[in-house]
Amino acid sequence: MKVNGVEHASARGPRRLLSDHLRHDLGLTGTHVGCEHGVCGCCTVLLDGAPVRSCLMLAVQAEGHNITTIEGLTRDGQALHPVQQAFHECHGLQCGFCTPGFVMSVVGLLAQHPNPTAQQIEEGIAGNLCRCTGYASIRRAVKRAAELSPSPRSGERRAEGET
Amino acid sequence: MKPPPFEYHAPTTVDDACTLLGSLEDAKVLAGGQSLIPLLNFRLARPQHLVDINRVANLDRIYERDGGVAVQALARQAAVEDSEMVARVCPLLSAATRLVAHRVIRNRGTVCGSLAHADAASELPAVLLALGGAVVVRSSRGERTIPAGELFAGVFETTLAPDELMVEAWFPAIRESFSILEESRRHGDFALAGVVRAGAKLALFGVAPTPVLADPRDPARGLLPSGDLEATPEFRMHLVRVLTERAFAA
Repeated sequence: MKVNGVEHASARGPRRLLSDHLRHDLGLTGTHVGCEHGVCGCCTVLLDGAPVRSCLMLAVQAEGHNITTIEGLTRDGQALHPVQQAFHECHGLQCGFCTPGFVMSVVGLLAQHPNPTAQQIEEGIAGNLCRCTGYASIRRAVKRAAELSPSPRSGERRAEGET
Repeated sequence: MKPPPFEYHAPTTVDDACTLLGSLEDAKVLAGGQSLIPLLNFRLARPQHLVDINRVANLDRIYERDGGVAVQALARQAAVEDSEMVARVCPLLSAATRLVAHRVIRNRGTVCGSLAHADAASELPAVLLALGGAVVVRSSRGERTIPAGELFAGVFETTLAPDELMVEAWFPAIRESFSILEESRRHGDFALAGVVRAGAKLALFGVAPTPVLADPRDPARGLLPSGDLEATPEFRMHLVRVLTERAFAA
């Protein structure tokens, strides 16, 4: 499978969840693991450009596909991805544990709705849990991310631009 | 919170998948995995074999057939949600799909998977029942069609045999008024109770071991919903009456 544009060896066995493969085998610990049953959204990554739960996929299922993790949104030393920049500006985080999952979900949301309504924002982030912020600053960050994104589907293109 | 040991199979044709299901003891079909993998992670399911159908080609179509919409086994809920054809032919299905969990889950979850999983609190089985749809199942023994009214056998149970694979679901077109309403504690959660109206027909979910058809004039009659931390049986009965009233007022 390709992760952030780089071809990687297969998982050692079929029991390996994609989330564990990314973290333990590839060292990509930006993908966080919260509940491991698809509720918290912390482990969200892009599968061929669309956000999915990496704890609800076996790593072997990602063979032949492109995975983008939070590490793949931008390179070290380069400008932040618009969604990351927006979370930074609007302080859309406190402890930061849920943040990579939120960012990946919002990249997917903006690919689907480049100028999301308040309700689309609510629904778009409803699958991610944050226990610190109360969500107000996260909602603002999503709005800001839409402003910062240069054109429709930019998030997806940037994410795939690595491949 | 890791899956128990299993043997993994990834067939590339429906025939191969059926051969595997027919020859393996204790095998489960893995499609979207949005219900099965949590069950594995919780060790609530411990199948000896997983037959992953995601590598099967040409099994993700959504198309018009016989005055309705056919959704193949690998069509993701998000694709059904976004389909203009589905919105035109069976807008009830589009509306129901948007209530299934969250978009990130729907990117992976399948319509046929929701039907095969047969969670009594989920939307799509009740929609199939209200519309009078059907599913097509295949095995090495052949193919058969199961009408919605004969599909749901009990809690998480369908009338599919262990060697059968659900290859397609069929939802009739709807031109009459329709509505799907549910009450849940948080957006995207399973419903405490829900109602689907398709014309004059009413199906309920979350209030019995399977989705059930009900009389719109007295929807709670004969119901014995279970109680849990989130809702008492009485509250579920109350929700059924209120939601039915709203569904038919719309």
